[in-house]
Amino acid sequence: MIKLDPKIPAGHISEKWTNHKFNMKLVNPANKRKFDVIVVGTGLAGAGAAATLGELGYKVKAFTYHDSSRRAHSIGAQGGINAAKNYQNDGDSIYRLFYDTIKGGDFRSREANTYRLAEVSNNIIDQCVAQGVPFAREYGGTLANRSFGGAQVSRTFYARGETGQQLLLGAYSSLNRQIKLGNVQMFHRREMLDVVLVDGVAKGITVRNLLTGEIESYGAQAVILATGGYSNVYFLSTSAMLCNATAVWRAHKRGALFANPCFTQIHPTCLPVHGEGQSKLVLMSESLRNDGRIWVPKKAGDNRPPNEIPEDERDYYLERRYPSFGNLAPRDVSSRSAKYVCDEGRGVNGGKAVYLDFADAIKRLGEQTVKEKYGNLFDMYQNIMDENPYKVPMKIYPAPHYTMGGLWVDYNLMSNVPGLFVAGEANYSDHGANRLGASALMQGLADGYFIIPYTIGNYFGSEKPAKPDVNSHEFKESKDEVLENVNKLLSINGKQTVDEIHKKLGHLLIDKVGMSRDEPGLKQVIKDITELRDEFWQDVKVVGKGEDLNQNLERAGRVADFLELGELMAVDALNRDESCGAHFRVGHETKDGEAIRNDEEFAYVAAWEFEKVGKWNLHKENLEFEFVELATRSYK
Amino acid sequence: MGNNNINLTLNIWRQESAEAKGDFEKFKVSVSPDASILEMLDELNNKLEKEGKIPIAFESDCREGICGTCGLVVNGHPHGALPKIATCQLHMRNFKDGETLYIEPFRATAFKIIKDLIVDRSGFDEIQQAGGYISFNTGSAPDANAVPIPKEIASLALDAAECIGCGACVAACKNSSAMLFVAAKVSQFALLPQGQPERYERVQAMIAKMDELGFGSCSNTYACEAECPKGISVKNIARMNRDYIVSKVTKETV
Repeated sequence: MIKLDPKIPAGHISEKWTNHKFNMKLVNPANKRKFDVIVVGTGLAGAGAAATLGELGYKVKAFTYHDSSRRAHSIGAQGGINAAKNYQNDGDSIYRLFYDTIKGGDFRSREANTYRLAEVSNNIIDQCVAQGVPFAREYGGTLANRSFGGAQVSRTFYARGETGQQLLLGAYSSLNRQIKLGNVQMFHRREMLDVVLVDGVAKGITVRNLLTGEIESYGAQAVILATGGYSNVYFLSTSAMLCNATAVWRAHKRGALFANPCFTQIHPTCLPVHGEGQSKLVLMSESLRNDGRIWVPKKAGDNRPPNEIPEDERDYYLERRYPSFGNLAPRDVSSRSAKYVCDEGRGVNGGKAVYLDFADAIKRLGEQTVKEKYGNLFDMYQNIMDENPYKVPMKIYPAPHYTMGGLWVDYNLMSNVPGLFVAGEANYSDHGANRLGASALMQGLADGYFIIPYTIGNYFGSEKPAKPDVNSHEFKESKDEVLENVNKLLSINGKQTVDEIHKKLGHLLIDKVGMSRDEPGLKQVIKDITELRDEFWQDVKVVGKGEDLNQNLERAGRVADFLELGELMAVDALNRDESCGAHFRVGHETKDGEAIRNDEEFAYVAAWEFEKVGKWNLHKENLEFEFVELATRSYK
Repeated sequence: MGNNNINLTLNIWRQESAEAKGDFEKFKVSVSPDASILEMLDELNNKLEKEGKIPIAFESDCREGICGTCGLVVNGHPHGALPKIATCQLHMRNFKDGETLYIEPFRATAFKIIKDLIVDRSGFDEIQQAGGYISFNTGSAPDANAVPIPKEIASLALDAAECIGCGACVAACKNSSAMLFVAAKVSQFALLPQGQPERYERVQAMIAKMDELGFGSCSNTYACEAECPKGISVKNIARMNRDYIVSKVTKETV
């Protein structure tokens, strides 16, 4: 029987992490080299953890499916990273960042974790500057800040519109140093396809070598999954093409609980869909909402070009509905508002797009200043949309972007499977039902640099896990199962391609488990996904062979897992009969369309245990709010 | 398929493995002008898979021009003829109906072809491992505002740090030189106060590794800058060369 123990340390919220660090068991420097750690994924969380564990003296094996660890999708983050430095003297503090994050998440995250995230945020900025990350600066040489959604202070550090790239390259440089020193062994072009448990404890992984197709086993005394989110379950999302849920899903099938899978963030500022052949959606950084104004025509059917619609016939709906946050309302609120106005037929040309207009900002600041702040984003827009955003307002629409749900972890970021740690977007931890902008980079680096390196030492120090034998039957059985799955995919030889089925799944999910969800729709979609999954296993066509570089096969395996995860998202959304954050259940809203939570019944983390495909058992971790009051979220 | 689709003839490089002999294969496609060139290949691959044929192997990930995974030579130009974009940002509206395209991998002695349009760029990682970092351990950093950095210096450092590590500079160079790639990292750290302690060891170590891996020497034709998707300036090469010379006269060779 699974018992969910979040292992929250005692004491006041501001002392929990300090006390916990003191109480944790240490591993002496000479003994650290006796411990092997596997890190899967080399984004901010994975590269940060691998580098820091290497510095501490552990023996690290790091894995990525990319050709280089620098390609992880953290690199795509544009706008910035939050920290409670209060360099702007505008009233920021650790407590305020904590409060904004927990409120932004609509009170569905664990207080102690969220506070710790805010607490270590300042160390992250110090760390990155020391690595040589060229953050934006003021003329006096100090660091510059800007604002992001859900906050009334300027606490976001940035490097043009390429903050994620710069932070990832910083982590990559630290990782490279450890590779050179021999503390980290780097494995490229390997996809994790199973986690290996020995007597219920995580002891290694099974991977497919993407160049040769060989199935390989690697053992360690702990495994860290830092494999990102699952937005690509929707087919079209802002995630990179390769992003997938396979690593966490295979861990889930081995016993790790999956928490709050229905908490998926649909980001308000993305480029609209251009056609069926589209492969992914492109995000326009939320930072644009600092200066851009969002509007639609007041009247449905007003198809005049935007510059011909007079001021008094425009509806700046975010400014109207949320006067104190305006265009910087949080993501879930902004996305839903865009959906409402488009559903009313007031979208651009009656379709799925709203305007993001810089005319006022250009008048106020001059084109040059706007160019300095957002130049690369404007260039990107012009390149894709073939329109000049300095002259014509941008067109945007919400798109799947980030997943707050993920594998359940305790305060130490360990899943319910001993020895299996989960970091970054892959875990459920700090963002509740909605993540605020510029907080994903913060969480990835917090987990990687400043949390797991401590908590893993505690695990080694207290449990003293033994080194596994990769020739044992557990490793062999895992290898056999993985190989069997590969052969099964290759042998179906049906009529539909992997992408065709993936697109069908995407349509089902965005329609029924997207920005708004209702009971009949969720019940229907569970049925539809089950059928689509059967269709996949009977009718998919995967060409080529297993013993070769085979991208078709790689995608097939990922889509097979998405077809199971998609169902769980709907099951979770059906169970959560309330509206909170990004999870909007029709029937639980005010007459203005604001979400109504049900704290009595749903102030818990829904952690799902896999029984068999299509069958899960629910475990609940009740969320206790000792230090903040459960309030109705208001951005008005 | 929209009515405004354009029809193209594609000659795509196919090569089963590093050892196999490669050749162009011809395809006829009809594609939306709003699609990117990689979306065109996605569609083509989908069609090939449906017919039970082996799809064209090519790499891509973010499709926003920042991860550096994609890289095709289109009609002789790495990332196509347009300036300052990666292959994933090349849209089909830039081609005319009836046009013929040649699509090849990034070719260089140091970039072995793995399959079709995929090459091995692991040499870039090795160069970075040789010295592309600042040595300090997590937890030991001073307050981020402790060392002020002039705005224009931070900005110049970022200009260099924007390199996406795609390898277009190497593919563009007739000598397959990696000077622009190496100079971008050397320059970023040489400009910043945090990079000073290891400045001269770094430049020597990275250049030595670059030479060892078989990348050629700089011919000063600036093809690298012209083809770079991020427009990394050759001034960074000048800055690196200066540091390299200084390192040779002031420091012992590492």
